[in-house]
Amino acid sequence: MSIPEHVSEIRAAVVSRQMSAVDICRAALDRIRQHDERIHAFLHVDERGALARAERLDREGGNAADLPLLGVPIAVKDNICKAGVPTTAASRLLERYVPPYSATVVSRLERAGAVIVGKTNCDEFAMGSSTEHSAFGPTRNPWALDRSPGGSSGGSVAAVAAAMVPLALGSDTGGSIRQPASLCGVVGLKPTYGRVSRYGLIAFGSSLDQIGPIARTARDAAALFNAIAGHDPNDSTSADAPVQEYGAALTGDARGLRIGVPRTLLEHGVEPGVRKAFEHGLAALVEAGASITDIALPHASLSIPVYYLVANAEASSNLARYDGVRYGTRVIGTRATDPAKARSEDGAEQMDTLTQMYYRTRALFGAEAKRRIMIGTFVLSAGYYDAYYAKAQQVRALIGRDFEQAFSRVDLVALPTSPTVAFKLGERTADPLQMYLSDVFTVAANLAGLPAISVPCGLSDGLPVGLQVTGRPFEEATLLRVADALERRTAKLRPDAGSL
Amino acid sequence: MAETLTPADVRRIATLARLELTPEEVALFAEQLTAILAYADQVQQVDTSGLALTNAGIPGSEPLRATRDDDLVPSLPRDVVLEQAPDADRTAGVFKVPRVLGS
Repeated sequence: MSIPEHVSEIRAAVVSRQMSAVDICRAALDRIRQHDERIHAFLHVDERGALARAERLDREGGNAADLPLLGVPIAVKDNICKAGVPTTAASRLLERYVPPYSATVVSRLERAGAVIVGKTNCDEFAMGSSTEHSAFGPTRNPWALDRSPGGSSGGSVAAVAAAMVPLALGSDTGGSIRQPASLCGVVGLKPTYGRVSRYGLIAFGSSLDQIGPIARTARDAAALFNAIAGHDPNDSTSADAPVQEYGAALTGDARGLRIGVPRTLLEHGVEPGVRKAFEHGLAALVEAGASITDIALPHASLSIPVYYLVANAEASSNLARYDGVRYGTRVIGTRATDPAKARSEDGAEQMDTLTQMYYRTRALFGAEAKRRIMIGTFVLSAGYYDAYYAKAQQVRALIGRDFEQAFSRVDLVALPTSPTVAFKLGERTADPLQMYLSDVFTVAANLAGLPAISVPCGLSDGLPVGLQVTGRPFEEATLLRVADALERRTAKLRPDAGSL
Repeated sequence: MAETLTPADVRRIATLARLELTPEEVALFAEQLTAILAYADQVQQVDTSGLALTNAGIPGSEPLRATRDDDLVPSLPRDVVLEQAPDADRTAGVFKVPRVLGS
């Protein structure tokens, strides 16, 4: 049995009892079984839990009006906790972790009637741009199995692109929802910082992290966003700003919207095919009633270095909690590569068994997590804090100011989401700097706390290209409206069935 | 003023972070971290005089919206939390770690 394509149709089918929630859930599970051996979008498929949940929805029904996602199967990135379901953040350190509580977003989805079918692959602790830094092996791009889906939310995005689920949650610290959405031809929204609760999200860069929706259409993304947006007393950075009905904002046009394009940023490193698809997308937006203006974001070119100083400083602090004491994996005993040697060279005291345990346990971090902990520890260390971390925070403020100035002249800022289409697996892992540059157009929104969306705007060499639109704080409705207007004027993108 | 990180620097940072690195990782990180910091050096060239260190990146955050009433609310039951520990004494209600003194 195949399930309807859109969220509203799935819900309508369940409400009218044309299909049961169990039918829908089984169809999603079948599709996962059929394709995921090759794609590896999921780290854990919660077949039993999902079916039990669907059965309960069928049995108890409830007031359908209160259940906007009734029976809709959803995949959740594996750095978001669901009580009783393994949550590993794709790390050996949390390989056997089963959280005793659910993230606020998960509780909200369940309250909306959704069925969470499983946890999706990502770069370890969401640190990466290709999903190759997962401790459990990479995810493959449904459009071309020898390519990366992007990252870090590669599993969530691949699951949606391959139509295993209509919706998924990702998290975005520097582009981790938008860049993979671009590389896999789906819609991904990074909300305003504080719009969605981070409670139950495994922390990476706490001043940058946001959870957001991934969907095949802007309308579906709006339905998921409706369910997760809003204030949460469990997250002290959660915003107490009013939430609107986001679906109502989708007028099908972009009339009256002024879109700024920072053209100088496009001069270097953007693939010609990406540029062409991007211009095509802008033309479609003009057709939809928007106007395009050149703007300048003078400090945006500093986004990547600022980001990797700020995010890694926060990461090194956040990852300090993995010590093998309270939860997660513990490793004890000695090994040939004993860091006691390194310590004694520094004249440090001999290691006790507890300290040894810390080292052994933390040796389980993958290469990228270690690299980021090292950078972060260095830039926060005595003598370097002001030169690196404090300086980066100041430049971060200048990047935010650039956007503020731009938003006095335009309503939105548009750029390609990624300078390239999906790259081959293994192509960038040897050079961390080249990998970091995948996020060159996405990190500024995180640094400035602004909402940004990636929406497909065409193909280049048969691979999807995403157009990113950044907006003013809390103006997600406008982003979804523009994404919807663009969608209606571009050909529908589907991965070639042959590759699946 | 780009920093060149030597293997000794890398080992010192690794000690601060309680990270066990193999000799190969030490060599690799000395090279990669130096390259990353050299790239980050352009941040240092920016004139930021007169800029305060505020809550950059958090819209509507001034003043910070982090305050709440200091009300008691239930947290997770101790047994449930200890369930996650690699080693714990449930009866005593404590996490257990390898012996620190007299080892």
